[in-house]
Amino acid sequence: MKENYRKERIARSIKARSDDIYALTSYREMWYLLFPRFIPIVGIAIVSYFLPLYWKKVAITTCIFAMLAVSWDFLSNCGLLSLGQALFFGIGSYTAGGLNHYLHLPIYVTIPVATVMGGFISTMILLPVVRLRGIYFAMVTLILPLMLMRLVEATKILGGTEGITGLSPFPNVWFEITLILAAMWASLFGLRRFIASDYGLIFVSMRDNDRATMASGINIYAFKAQALFIGSSICAFCGAFMTHSYQFTGMPVFAMEFSILPIAAAAIGGIGTLAGPLVGAMILVPLSEVLREFGTLRIVFYGLILVICVVALPEGIFHYASRKYNEMERWVKIE
Amino acid sequence: MSILEVNGITKAFGGVKALDDVSVTVEENTLLGIIGPNGSGKTTLVNTITGFVRPDTGSVLFKGRDVIGLPPYRITNMGIGRAFQMVKPFFHLPAFKNIIVPLASPRVRASSGGKYGDKDAVALDVLEEVGFERDSSVPYKTASVLPHGYLKRLELARLLALKSEIFILDELFSGLSIAEVTSIIPIIEKILLDGKTVVMVEHRLKELFRIADKVIVLNYGKKIKEGPPKEILEDEEVKKAYLGVEV
Repeated sequence: MKENYRKERIARSIKARSDDIYALTSYREMWYLLFPRFIPIVGIAIVSYFLPLYWKKVAITTCIFAMLAVSWDFLSNCGLLSLGQALFFGIGSYTAGGLNHYLHLPIYVTIPVATVMGGFISTMILLPVVRLRGIYFAMVTLILPLMLMRLVEATKILGGTEGITGLSPFPNVWFEITLILAAMWASLFGLRRFIASDYGLIFVSMRDNDRATMASGINIYAFKAQALFIGSSICAFCGAFMTHSYQFTGMPVFAMEFSILPIAAAAIGGIGTLAGPLVGAMILVPLSEVLREFGTLRIVFYGLILVICVVALPEGIFHYASRKYNEMERWVKIE
Repeated sequence: MSILEVNGITKAFGGVKALDDVSVTVEENTLLGIIGPNGSGKTTLVNTITGFVRPDTGSVLFKGRDVIGLPPYRITNMGIGRAFQMVKPFFHLPAFKNIIVPLASPRVRASSGGKYGDKDAVALDVLEEVGFERDSSVPYKTASVLPHGYLKRLELARLLALKSEIFILDELFSGLSIAEVTSIIPIIEKILLDGKTVVMVEHRLKELFRIADKVIVLNYGKKIKEGPPKEILEDEEVKKAYLGVEV
């Protein structure tokens, strides 16, 4: 008779020991918790600071897309399937560009103002459709950035097809990298902590079933609006940052890639974890730069790698890695 | 005293009249059973009372106040709790976290000082009331891996957490074994002892008739009979409509 085996998964005891205050009982427990957080933070910082200038710019773009992906995952965690991160990104970008160009506000005013105002404007635009669920909401978010793009083209406001150029730059590239890294880690760890809190729990409960959330006495529309504000503010910050980084804002800020790439990053990184999409973006954006030397074939290789990732690890890299880190596996004979 | 009054509710979906001039009065601290064959409008009636469906005509008075047109969460916060026929837990959250959400509703916060957070112990208390063994790992398991019986209890726990005044239970017993039903009935009896009101939509007549004070029978959206369980059982029209027995 053929012998059958099954895989048994056991949580590492250190996982239980490193919960709450118990983490402080020994260096081993502390290191267990610190390792997956400390290594990426320090590693990425070191790499970013010592890269040549061109790759420094790539690192900045990577962080921007990572933030867009984290924000996308947060919204999808709240039951808001967005196909239009470009909408939030573009509004943030145009707000910062407009404030800087027309009102001559300095950079340390435009970015914070664009973050809050961008989030507010995006929320107001989407407020009427917040009652829509799933794919219907997604369709609206997909179409809005394209509409705004044509609106700018047709009415020639905010620089029209030429865009606005000559905006204030960052004082230096070190400042630029420090700011975007700080913002990225703050949004990741901030949101992860937020959705684990009792208040954040209401947001993530809407993903599974917003009717049940409603039957729990929660005004889901108010909470979805709050989620939209948080998610779109993060994207608006990215838009404002990119505007000053390139000293330009124009119609390309509503481009599809700002909507699609975060979703691809979330798909290969692992949806629902917030950290997964960040990992995905860290892989996809530099990869796309490395593949540049293949010229036209770039998109072919890029697509191929994407497909392989999704087929080989459908759960996502982060889910897989955290399982390997937190659980032991062994093969057990089936009696 | 009647706590809930449903007056002349009519609701048509396209050409089909799901509810046709249905009136029900629910007395405070009683158990009302709603029975009827499939498609007779039981769930539509529940949806109308809880605000998920807006009727074409008629009114629903909760403690004298009309609730028609109010969104479901407002109605829930007034004290009408509703358990779904198709269980709707928050699948990716642990069972006890499922209860944190209703505990964060304005209704519960108003009675406990208006704060969010630190609700874990309260959530575990509520789960214990509906039969989640407190010292086991069950309350900490993700809802997606819990067996059906526990998910039904979780629906009940949500209403308990909300401190609802009326518990509207839409086919709570469906898909449960006799043993599971027998273990849930004392929970419902305790809810009644606490002075709450229960409305049960049920197909499990034997169990329902044991605990119900009054039963109404729906057929093709019309109320065909109303009375104590004993009368319903003996009524020929009900037998014909519901059980398909030739008279």
